Amino acid sequence: MGNEERLKRVILKRKVVNVIMLSLSFLTALYGLIWLFWILIDVVVNGISFLSLDLFLKDPTPPGIEGGGLKHAFIGHFIITGLATLIGVPIGIGAGIFFAEYGRHSRIVKSFRNITDVIVSFPSIVVGTLVYALMVKPAGHFMGISGSVALALLMIPVIAITTDEILKLVPNSLREAGYALGAQRWQVIKDISLSAGKRGILTGVILGVARITGETAPLLFTAFNNNFTTFNPTEPMASLTVTIFQYAMGPYEEWHGQAWASAMILTFGTLLFFILAKVVVHSTRKL
Amino acid sequence: MDNSPPLKVEVRNFNFYYGSNHALKDINLPIYENRITAIIGPSGCGKTTLLRSLNRMHDLYPGNRYEGEIILYPDKVNIVSKEVDPIMIRMRIGMVFQKPNPFPKSIYENVAYGLRLKGIKKRSLLDEKVEQALKGAALWEEVRDRLGESAYSLSGGQQQRLCIARAIAPEPEVLLFDEPTSALDPISTSKIEELVVNLKERLTIVIVTHNMQQAARISDYTAFMYMGKLVEFGATEKIFTKPDNQLTEDYITGRFG
Ligand SMILES: Nc1ncnc2c1ncn2[C@@H]1O[C@H](COP(=O)(O)OP(=O)(O)OP(=O)(O)O)[C@@H](O)[C@H]1O
Ligand SMILES: [Mg+2]
Repeated sequence: MGNEERLKRVILKRKVVNVIMLSLSFLTALYGLIWLFWILIDVVVNGISFLSLDLFLKDPTPPGIEGGGLKHAFIGHFIITGLATLIGVPIGIGAGIFFAEYGRHSRIVKSFRNITDVIVSFPSIVVGTLVYALMVKPAGHFMGISGSVALALLMIPVIAITTDEILKLVPNSLREAGYALGAQRWQVIKDISLSAGKRGILTGVILGVARITGETAPLLFTAFNNNFTTFNPTEPMASLTVTIFQYAMGPYEEWHGQAWASAMILTFGTLLFFILAKVVVHSTRKL
Repeated sequence: MDNSPPLKVEVRNFNFYYGSNHALKDINLPIYENRITAIIGPSGCGKTTLLRSLNRMHDLYPGNRYEGEIILYPDKVNIVSKEVDPIMIRMRIGMVFQKPNPFPKSIYENVAYGLRLKGIKKRSLLDEKVEQALKGAALWEEVRDRLGESAYSLSGGQQQRLCIARAIAPEPEVLLFDEPTSALDPISTSKIEELVVNLKERLTIVIVTHNMQQAARISDYTAFMYMGKLVEFGATEKIFTKPDNQLTEDYITGRFG
């Protein structure tokens, strides 16, 4: 009988601990969500009254003059991050494949992999100054494309590491099955490893893009800014983040409002991108 | 023995090293065409190592080293020669693993993969060969209406038969099995045993097994290994009734292992 009593007490204790832990994790999740909603509400409250079609369709007017928009910054932002994605995604995935599939038994590759881990936590402004020294200084002027390069450098390690981790999760028995049928290494990578890891890799790409959409510092020394719309990536180019920074620091009421509206668009745009990307990842068939 | 069937593979003075670990010691073993050869022996004696030498799987990992020859008939190529392309060998010698390991692809694509590697692209030909292979693996009736579904929607036993279908689709000359039923229930096991016996009409089979009854039931020849050495090889009947070696007798009667 004593035994049964003891068992009951043990089970009761576990239930209590379970409730406590669940409440704690719920509270921490709530804590994160509160700040998120605070930010969302804050940008909406401050920005919504400055939202207008002109914001997207017009270039800025000279300071102090009513009207105008931030078309140049929206277009610039899209071009800079788009080019950065085009540069960063293939290199990031390629590096991840190299780490996971070719570097398994190589000490040199392993040390490259460790360096990548360190680069992820580099301050983005350092990457900006690096690109300034390597591209902007020699060219003699700021360029949109150098902003893209700086952003690509920021996303490459994120994507490379995710790809590497995902490919390491692909069971070796699958690779061996491929080799046993007479597949070459590149065929095993293409048909088996990447196919098994595609959802995870896609998630890495999303994380990489998310990492760069809100960056300001690396663009200050690279793409810099421009008061007019340009589609030419070899010219200085405006971006939403730099423009928000500039407008928020500026003396005009109008600028502040437009900065809030842009911040709102950027925040919700990123959120929307995340949701869309999630939907895409989930709709890719998991075989 | 003059009445033995033609040779398909012949292992000659073969040694294998994992780095400094001498895992196979001076193995000499004939493998006869269209027969089932079982490799038995206690855990760690080198059965898997020998099996994976036959299709050069060891080449995938650094530090592995061979000595000696493994001759593949009729053209008498030395499987383990550095000049021989392992890809060619693996296309001629297929393998089925211990745990079912279908690709994360559809049932159809699993079976078609080896065919595509051989350069077959024509849809009608692929369809035909996939169907043939699935029939050969006694799986066709169960999957004919769901070829596009994920291979992971199959049961463990079905997955293993799918792996057999995948291995036989490119029509290899030899098929290697490494404990193919050790992860399966008795009914799936007997299905696969039946399948293996039927397959020997078409190809030569080498099967590693821990299950003595299985070796006795399905194989024509049995090789008994112990601590990296081949202790005894002979007709299965003989090995299981009156083996020459005391160790063999002790093992098959369950006195150790
Ligand atoms: N990758 C490896 N590196 C180093 N040693 C290994 C490796 N694989 C196997 N060995 C060693 O080689 C010997 C033979 O192993 P093997 O896997 O061939 O045995 P086995 O007969 O298949 O055993 P089991 O019945 O348990 O599967 C063992 O001593 C094992 O520890
Ligand atoms: Mg084994």
